[in-house]
Amino acid sequence: MSGVWHVGEVVESVILTPSARGIILDVPNWPGNVAGQHVDLRLTAEDGYQAVRSYSLATAGDAQRIELAVDRFPDGEVSPYLVDELRAGDQLELRGPLGAWFVWTPENTQPVQLIGGGSGIVPLMAMIRSHAASASPVLFKLLYSVRGPRDVFYADELRELAAASAASGNPTLEVTIVYTRLAPPEWPVAPGRLTREVLEAQTVPASLTPDVFVCGPTGFVEAVATWLVDLGHDADLVRTERFGGD
Amino acid sequence: MAVISRGFFGRRRENDPDLPPGQYLTEDFPVLSAGPTPDIDTNDWVFSIQTESGDVHAWNWEQFMALPTEEVTTDIHCVTRWSKLGTSWRGVSLDTLFAGVDTTNAYVMAHAYGGYTTNFPLEDILGGKAWITFEFDGEPLAPAHGGPARMIIPHLYFWKSTKWIRGLRMMEKDDPGFWEQNGYNTYGDPWREQRYW
Repeated sequence: MSGVWHVGEVVESVILTPSARGIILDVPNWPGNVAGQHVDLRLTAEDGYQAVRSYSLATAGDAQRIELAVDRFPDGEVSPYLVDELRAGDQLELRGPLGAWFVWTPENTQPVQLIGGGSGIVPLMAMIRSHAASASPVLFKLLYSVRGPRDVFYADELRELAAASAASGNPTLEVTIVYTRLAPPEWPVAPGRLTREVLEAQTVPASLTPDVFVCGPTGFVEAVATWLVDLGHDADLVRTERFGGD
Repeated sequence: MAVISRGFFGRRRENDPDLPPGQYLTEDFPVLSAGPTPDIDTNDWVFSIQTESGDVHAWNWEQFMALPTEEVTTDIHCVTRWSKLGTSWRGVSLDTLFAGVDTTNAYVMAHAYGGYTTNFPLEDILGGKAWITFEFDGEPLAPAHGGPARMIIPHLYFWKSTKWIRGLRMMEKDDPGFWEQNGYNTYGDPWREQRYW
């Protein structure tokens, strides 16, 4: 039931990038969620003033410990508080899980292409974690566009999951990172925006009819989704989620 | 009883009486859609209204542009919590489009190019409450915002304002559309915060 406000307690605020935090919460009576869903998060000031924003969940499953991720939006009302002020022991109210469209469950048998820009990785990470936790045999590919090495969310975890998959003899997770402004030392390609050519070369081909999930800023999502359709993907199999604002 | 958020003060940007509960003001115009933006040529564009008798009232782009238009200035409210006040549109009133339509059904399903659907009561789109628009801020409506033509029903959350509108189909019952099957409220009144199931 999504109408109930749950009270979660912050277990830890993890530094994901210089501007983003992973917020790990214990939420008693959390009903569980599937990968890709989000929550409404409500803050209340001492005088009763309230502000509510939606954030994607980076986790999936039945556990009552959940994880959100928040990127600081410089002019935002809520995200700077969550990134800079929130700490372990604080309580937050949240409602959810919400959303039944931009979701992936382990019952799905189609190959999956995930395409994330910046903090758009968060719901995709929930899918990657759900895929790993369920030992799903389905092929997952992630194409992840970031400004620079410091901006990669979940860098170690992605590297370890991809390495474990590669070592398994039957790789089911491949990760490709595109650096738009600054590449790591000795990176084989110069930094630059994602292009249609790179998209075509690094993603599951349309002929395999993958389910495609695209999440990121509007311009990124618009460009990627249009290219995907040009490359022959069925528009009905391309699911998009955009973020803007706070 | 709400939990107090230690150290949270808020900006009080929300003290505007034109802002429904739980909404915040935005100056830009965020884009939200569930899939790719369709590429629609106005040469191929048709808008139609289909009634329970099977009658279809259809307009191609040229016929549509020959209809009387209205300038609409209105506030819009997205379920994702942004509101934008005083937006300006040009379009054809649904009153004009329904003038020759004979129906006793009380509900409507909107259909978009690309397959999106959304449902609403007929009374919510008549009486100067809804338009098929083709201009925003004096410019042709951009594809990402629903161009060439978008329905707007500003008194409901903005997912009810179908981008890339293709037609309306009369329904006897209030069957759910796309988001209404995927977690959102069947009616979507921002002033009553009817966001979710």
